[in-house]
Amino acid sequence: MTALAALIRRDIKIALRVGGGALIGVLFFLTVTVLMPFAIGPDLALLTRLGPAILWLGALLASLLTLDRLFTADHEDGSLDLIVMGRAPLELACAAKALAHWLAAGVPLIVATPVLGLLLNLDATATSAVALTLLVGTPALTFTGMIGAALAVTLHRGGLLLAVLVLPLSIPVLIFGVAASQAAITGPLSFGTPFSILCALSLVSLVVGPFAAAASLRHGLD
Amino acid sequence: MTLIDLANPTKFLSLTARVLPWLAGATAILLLIGFYQAAMAPDDYQQGATAKIMFVHVPNAWLAMFVWGVMSIAALGTLVWRHPLADVAAKAAVPIGAAFTFLALVTGSLWGRPMWGTYWEWDARMTSVLILFLMYLGLMALWRAVDDPSRAARAAAVLTLVGAINLPIIKFSVDWWNTLHQPAAVLRMGGTSLDKAFLIPLLVMAVGFSLLFVTLHLAAMRNEILRRRVRSLQMMQASQQAA
Repeated sequence: MTALAALIRRDIKIALRVGGGALIGVLFFLTVTVLMPFAIGPDLALLTRLGPAILWLGALLASLLTLDRLFTADHEDGSLDLIVMGRAPLELACAAKALAHWLAAGVPLIVATPVLGLLLNLDATATSAVALTLLVGTPALTFTGMIGAALAVTLHRGGLLLAVLVLPLSIPVLIFGVAASQAAITGPLSFGTPFSILCALSLVSLVVGPFAAAASLRHGLD
Repeated sequence: MTLIDLANPTKFLSLTARVLPWLAGATAILLLIGFYQAAMAPDDYQQGATAKIMFVHVPNAWLAMFVWGVMSIAALGTLVWRHPLADVAAKAAVPIGAAFTFLALVTGSLWGRPMWGTYWEWDARMTSVLILFLMYLGLMALWRAVDDPSRAARAAAVLTLVGAINLPIIKFSVDWWNTLHQPAAVLRMGGTSLDKAFLIPLLVMAVGFSLLFVTLHLAAMRNEILRRRVRSLQMMQASQQAA
């Protein structure tokens, strides 16, 4: 247990310090959101309607962008081999790394959401709905994305391949995240149903992600 | 003859060389009968002749999921049993499955235009099949991204097993969500709801398309084995020239 806690602490520290690049995700999120009004036009009513979808897309792309570093940095300096050979089960170590990544790169996205909601003319209910769905949904993005990151690091390929592999897996999360936000804002569906499914997706990915990532690391690294 | 005996690629090649002509013949006959019966089937009282798209659409959609199932078993063969031909089977199935999925999407879209008034609707069944298609393409990209086949095989096996989660979602999407796509008619609790005049041609077509898949898959596996032999011969030649 202490080994896993140490792993989480180490990953968060590395991510937040110079060269870690966790906060670049937030900057990317901001930039994508700012780009949208230029593409759609500064029509505030339209932006209000599209706001939840824009925020969700931005968060999805931002989390995808930072996922690339989840295993590659450790692979480059050799610490990934130590983690694979370590006494802690690899599945738990993967889960710990994903948790640390979510704390360092995912939580800042949620914190930034209210500010970006202002830019998109979302009111308080809408912003809090989007932030709440992101809080529940981004772990699913991180934990399914981890599978892609583990595959990419064993193949020495990142970037576009990772995106191609991970994006289809994240579509259900996107669907129910946006559906829950829209339900909270406009109705007529209840907020609870898509929100519960979103929670379920996160819980499933919490189970499947570490096992798949660990299997891929175990079979792929040599 | 067990699965282990087939682990020897030479035995596999000689066996498939004997089996393939028969399989191809059976496929051709069944598909001919199926197409004839489908053409002779009565028009639907609501949909008219367009209902006949079903005879192509439904087998393709079934196979789109069935091929991923085959790939999942092959993935287990790669990861668990280390069967030497499992990754060949997995790799050979990907483009075929992608083609079936594409055909299912295209025929469904052509059927949707006269019946629903739209080529595409973001309904649960269609969206989940589209995701399946994207994952087939992702797998193809993964296979092509790495030049070492055994390394690519293990990565693709993990992704295949993760993607298998999509299969029950596709199957039950029409029951879980109230959508435009009709619910299951053939494989459902309480027996089929399809009339015999449609059911028999549909089943003949389904068997015909399944045999088509088996034929294409075995042929593609043979090609893949031969391709790997050529590759290792080329490597040997290159290393001899270097030495």
